[in-house]
Amino acid sequence: MGKLDEVAQGQLKSDIPAFRAGDTVKVHVKVVEGNRSRIQIFEGLVIARKGAGIAETFTVRKVSFGIGVERTFPLHSPTIEKIEIERKGDVRRAKLYYLRGLRGKAARIREKREN
Amino acid sequence: MTTSTAQRDVTALLGMKLGMTQVWDDAGRVVPVTVVQVDTNVVTQVRTPETDGYSAVQLAFGAIDPRRVSQPLKGHFEKAGVTPRRHVGEIRTANAGTYSPGQELAADTFTAGQVVDVTGTTKGKGFSGLMKRHGFHGVSASHGSHRNHRKAGSIGSSSTPSRVFKGLKMAGRMGGARQTVLNLTVHAVDTEKGLVLIKGAVPGPKGGIVVIRSAVKGASNG
Repeated sequence: MGKLDEVAQGQLKSDIPAFRAGDTVKVHVKVVEGNRSRIQIFEGLVIARKGAGIAETFTVRKVSFGIGVERTFPLHSPTIEKIEIERKGDVRRAKLYYLRGLRGKAARIREKREN
Repeated sequence: MTTSTAQRDVTALLGMKLGMTQVWDDAGRVVPVTVVQVDTNVVTQVRTPETDGYSAVQLAFGAIDPRRVSQPLKGHFEKAGVTPRRHVGEIRTANAGTYSPGQELAADTFTAGQVVDVTGTTKGKGFSGLMKRHGFHGVSASHGSHRNHRKAGSIGSSSTPSRVFKGLKMAGRMGGARQTVLNLTVHAVDTEKGLVLIKGAVPGPKGGIVVIRSAVKGASNG
């Protein structure tokens, strides 16, 4: 399968910061309107990373005006300009789907201590 | 149908399906692609109406251990002046006369955006029930159903005709049959690596041999 990997190899990004579920990130997304493009920032909590290689995706959840909004991005998508890590979270699972059922105080994630 | 194929100019390549992956197009959208390795195909024989009664071009593809080539095949490849290949296939095309034995065809036979048909041998599914094989709905899971959830129901009437009609859809061997998918788009061509990226799925397992040929239907046919 060497050649199959090679096809995807050229499209993989190397500048992706290390982040995992529980982290709060700012995703800079390129948005094309007509013939000009601008950067839109989607900030929220990473609740999942899934897939591998070129097909890897991550899901960011935020609560906007009281409504939960989730967006799933392909990790290596060229429309993602940059991923900024705002805060490292202390969580014990890889998928935080249980947060969907929680609101307010209960949906908080502890910050990871570095020592 | 045979005549219409013979009257059409067909460009084709044999290749090996490597598998599927995804790439991004210029707009940043994900495109699911099947990667087909075509390397270089060689023309081993040209069929003409004068000598063979029809017009076609015979292509060969793939490496093979020269010791494993039978003597008759060795002679056949020698006649075309090429080293033996693993797979040989014939393509009916009206312009067979423009090809010559020994000619090499690379991946750039196709261009990005071209519409093609892809033929392969589907994955064998073994002896399959009719829900899988023919898409029957089976019988209810409850409401008094007893041990007949995946059965067909009736297969015909009684004393008239006193038999089961031929060709009735029943359980049996599924897959492992030749199948053609029409109107797939060539997403990209990599002549250096000998790869053709086709948007969408093509029949067969990874490592299966497929034939890519210019589309029989649609606008590209002119």
